[in-house]
Amino acid sequence: MENIFFLFFSSFSIVFSSIVILSKNPVHSILSLILVFFNASGLLILLGSEFLAMLFIIVYVGAVAVLFLFVIMMLNIKISGLTTSIYRYLPIFFVLGSIFVFEFLMLFYFDLVSLNLNNLDLFQTNFLNEWTSFLEPSNNIDVLGQLLYTYYSYLFLLSGVILLVSMIGAISLTLHRRNDTKRQLIYKQIKRDFSSSIIWKH
Amino acid sequence: METLIFMMYILILNILLKSLGLIVPLLVGVAYLTLLERKVMASMHQRRGPNVVGFFGMLQPFADGLKLFVKETILPSSANVLIFILAPIVTFLISLFVWAVIPFDYDSVFVDINVGVLYILAISSLGVYGIITSGWSSNSKWSFLGSLRSAAQMVSYEVSIGIIILCVLICSGSLNLSSIVESQRNVWFVFPLFPLFVMFFISGLAETNRAPFDLPEAEAELVSGYSTEYSAMGFALFFLGEYSNMILMSSAVTIYFLGGWLPPIGFSFFSFIPGFFWFGFKTTCILFLFVWVRAAFPRYRYDQLMRLGWKIFLPFSLGWLLFISGILLGFDWLI
Repeated sequence: MENIFFLFFSSFSIVFSSIVILSKNPVHSILSLILVFFNASGLLILLGSEFLAMLFIIVYVGAVAVLFLFVIMMLNIKISGLTTSIYRYLPIFFVLGSIFVFEFLMLFYFDLVSLNLNNLDLFQTNFLNEWTSFLEPSNNIDVLGQLLYTYYSYLFLLSGVILLVSMIGAISLTLHRRNDTKRQLIYKQIKRDFSSSIIWKH
Repeated sequence: METLIFMMYILILNILLKSLGLIVPLLVGVAYLTLLERKVMASMHQRRGPNVVGFFGMLQPFADGLKLFVKETILPSSANVLIFILAPIVTFLISLFVWAVIPFDYDSVFVDINVGVLYILAISSLGVYGIITSGWSSNSKWSFLGSLRSAAQMVSYEVSIGIIILCVLICSGSLNLSSIVESQRNVWFVFPLFPLFVMFFISGLAETNRAPFDLPEAEAELVSGYSTEYSAMGFALFFLGEYSNMILMSSAVTIYFLGGWLPPIGFSFFSFIPGFFWFGFKTTCILFLFVWVRAAFPRYRYDQLMRLGWKIFLPFSLGWLLFISGILLGFDWLI
């Protein structure tokens, strides 16, 4: 049963990701990219990490792809056929493809996982007689929390700082106040009272 | 082998019947929600409302549905046909998906997954797509502007909703909806977290594009927003999706703050009434509030809406999150 689901999700993700590249209409590309995300989160559920799957949908489909779609819809799309031959891109394809193949080989050949479970007292095993008895009922979120807030707390904080910096950058790009427009200042409106704003002239 | 196939059939039939048992009452509920809205608004305006079709107008929603069903489906000539047709279907389907994790009573839930809250957040954040694609694909200025407004509004209020839900999660210590309800057995979260309850309700109004935040379909400016070009069943699917989302938002309020299926606290003699009744009763009360707000308040301006979302709700809910986690940590009350 799981095999069938795996084949379903993985084949559909391949099909839709090729549509992302091959489709001439950018909106169609984005919509199929969303379907790729969906299939990927289906694969994550099959792996047993349902928390990551849900986060994948919330972050990528719910936020990132919406912004993509927003930007692309606002552009004046001219659906142009491919005028030049795609064989022009063949050298670039070779470079990128060989890098990918090399990375995959590295991944399978070397042990790149830095996490050594024996050295790390990951689940506070000295407090527990049987560490499998703790491992059994703990779900994804428990385990992720145990890791993120203890052993990777510095990295976690650092990622927060990176996000903050990028946020400040985005705000400072758009922050310019024009003086020639009228804007509503709520506190000024509330501050006004009858005696100071109405002047009796006779 | 034959028994295995037989078991498969039984399993599929079971899932099919269960989902039908979820969807059909939901659609009937949506139908009567429209009637409730019209009746309640009518009595607030001091008129009668629908009272011709059926006894007290009870068959009015079905007459409306039949009318929409037999009307002609119009495809605009400049529309992107595939996406134009898919958009209402997607909206409707997504509004149905979420109901799979809603617990109506103790142990009466379709699937009881332990990331139920995240599932609701994930699927309801997809609701934007139906609206945004419908606006783009109809190739009309009204639809496009309406969909842009709607998408920006839904995305911004999702942020504050997420943080409010985080506060509830800290208090209950679980992402499973059933255990969130069970953790309110001593006190419903509406009492300690009352400001969050109010903010969640208001964000829910904005999230479902209801008055006073119904700018996407501001009829004076935008004809009827993203559903301008839709007729017949396309429009009906949007309508059903929107109202089903309203019921969903009310059930979410019930689950997070009003203690789901639990009877009112301190009245143990109420516990002979079954839990699903309490769930439905609380949800209906919240739905009444939705309608009441629509009858009572004028529409917000768009910059006011964004100001409310980003400059008031977001800092306030963040502050509450810090406050609650500080209190829980300080008194060692964390679950």
